[in-house]
Amino acid sequence: MIPEKNKKSAAVPMIAALVLLLAVVLLENVSLLLPQGSVPSVLLPTSQLFSVLKKGAVYSLAAVSMNLLNGFTGLFSLGQAGFMLLGAYTYAILSVPIAERAAVYYLYGGSAVNFSFQDMFGAVFGTEGVGGAISMGLGVVVAMVLAGCVAAVFAYFIGLPVLRLKSDYLAIATLGFAEILKAVFQWQALGPVTNGANMIKSFPTFSSFNLTDASGKVTLRLSTFFPFLVAIVCIAIICMLINSSYGRAFKAIREDEIAAEAMGINLAKHKMLSFCTSAFFAGVSGALFAMFVNNAQAKVYTTTMTYEILLIVVIGGIGSISGSCIATFLYVACSEWWLRFLDNEVVLANGTKLPFLRSGFRMVVFSVVIMIVVLFFRKGIMGDRELTDLFAKKSKKGKEAVQ
Amino acid sequence: MLKIDELKVSYGGIEAVKGITFEVPERQIVTLIGANGAGKSTTLRTIAGLVKPASGRIHLQGEDITGLSPDKIVSRGITLVPEGRRVFPDLTVLENLKIGAYLRSDSLEDDLKWVYDLFPRLQERSWQAAGTLSGGEQQMLAVGRALMSRPKIIMMDEPSLGLAPIVVKGIFDIIREINKQGVTVLLIEQNANMALHTADLGYVLETGKITLTGPGKELLVNEDVKKAYLGS
Repeated sequence: MIPEKNKKSAAVPMIAALVLLLAVVLLENVSLLLPQGSVPSVLLPTSQLFSVLKKGAVYSLAAVSMNLLNGFTGLFSLGQAGFMLLGAYTYAILSVPIAERAAVYYLYGGSAVNFSFQDMFGAVFGTEGVGGAISMGLGVVVAMVLAGCVAAVFAYFIGLPVLRLKSDYLAIATLGFAEILKAVFQWQALGPVTNGANMIKSFPTFSSFNLTDASGKVTLRLSTFFPFLVAIVCIAIICMLINSSYGRAFKAIREDEIAAEAMGINLAKHKMLSFCTSAFFAGVSGALFAMFVNNAQAKVYTTTMTYEILLIVVIGGIGSISGSCIATFLYVACSEWWLRFLDNEVVLANGTKLPFLRSGFRMVVFSVVIMIVVLFFRKGIMGDRELTDLFAKKSKKGKEAVQ
Repeated sequence: MLKIDELKVSYGGIEAVKGITFEVPERQIVTLIGANGAGKSTTLRTIAGLVKPASGRIHLQGEDITGLSPDKIVSRGITLVPEGRRVFPDLTVLENLKIGAYLRSDSLEDDLKWVYDLFPRLQERSWQAAGTLSGGEQQMLAVGRALMSRPKIIMMDEPSLGLAPIVVKGIFDIIREINKQGVTVLLIEQNANMALHTADLGYVLETGKITLTGPGKELLVNEDVKKAYLGS
């Protein structure tokens, strides 16, 4: 009857995600499996590779959550860094162990929040061994969910006035909101909660997830696995939302607000839903980012960060989830790793220095690369297609060739 | 079925509709004709809830629906096919149709079949992006999308706009067919000739007021209408 061609089976992406997670675990544990000395330097735990993978996982979630709003709902918002800041601080404040609080908040004579999820679960499961690991893990996950919720609640109240605006005006308003948040969180009067302009640290980070034996030697590395796991779960949820009837309504709003309204789609409600969902996942990615850099500090969450993520979304293709993910890893690898050599001065054997190569040149080349990408890939790497579409098309072509 | 009472609508101080009263009887095709700026589109947009009226009442089967939000009005059975088609260009034909049924939670199978039977062309194109369809096909899609909400009344804003005469004829055949299957049609048109030939009842709108009323066939032979809208 009605052809159900693209009936997207969930099995393929799920298997792909599992394979990816397994690959990550293998990759980061190669250095433990191989005999010492024979490990290639790129696979050592200190290698740039793992730093890029971790940051890539964190940023891909941030990028996908921005894509949900900017790409799928057509709301041009630049508040991403603000929501990430909220998430990072919520996570940090709720996760610093009570024992560490005095040291972290020493300028303010201790913290006003004498509570941490890790200690709360520690009271139930114990603080040592397996019990300690469970309470740490649970504490992190619960704090992270709350981080998302706080960002979503803020988004709701900001959304009430701001979502009446359109295009550039919405962008300016959300940008302003992010800047205001950054200033408020550095306010001295809030010191006992936010630690003022100082960083909050000593909370569980990615490396807390490495399993160690009694002597403190690492037996199983999970520090790259964890951000991948969180990012994949969150992105899967966003994908499910986009493929639901809500997602269709979002796309309808993006394409034509008047027609969408005439079809009975409540604009205010759906815009708010998209805005809050996006903020929720931005908050989670903010918490991940705090774990990645081992601290939470308001001045890190700048407009530049928002633009970085926006750039990733544009390069990947506005309206493509897989595009955002691919672009994130390319972007992070280029900016942090592959172009590093451009920052080092090179002196040839005869004593002449190669021109241009000096600290900072990396960013010059990087900018040129991005300009080329934007000029020649107007619609981004993926346009608005997904990886699954490409495979579907290929297999269809293959079938036609057979017939 | 649909009763409009002394409806007045203003856009920023300018009164576009100056107190019109008319009725759309059940299972009929009713048309509003008039020149540019007569207030036809505004009237439809107000009934659909996209514009709030300054005063006046709108009743659907006895229930007052004045000033309700568009989603409430769609769920009560009035759907608008907006002017200029306004399909969602980057979504597929099938996705467009599903959005038309957004407020319904029951199975869409029967209605998809109904729409595909009315417009076999849409079924052929169901996986194509709507923006790649021809003008006529887009108009079919716009009508099909509106039908997916299972409306009691379908309102069409200039369905013949920018289409070739042969395609326009096809669209009007479809309008009659939809009406035969029990959907009330409220149609506004600049192509008065075509509209009055199709309509059971016609209203002539001039600068925000209704000046003439009568069955379509009667208005067709009316001297004033001929002079003003039929160009003969």
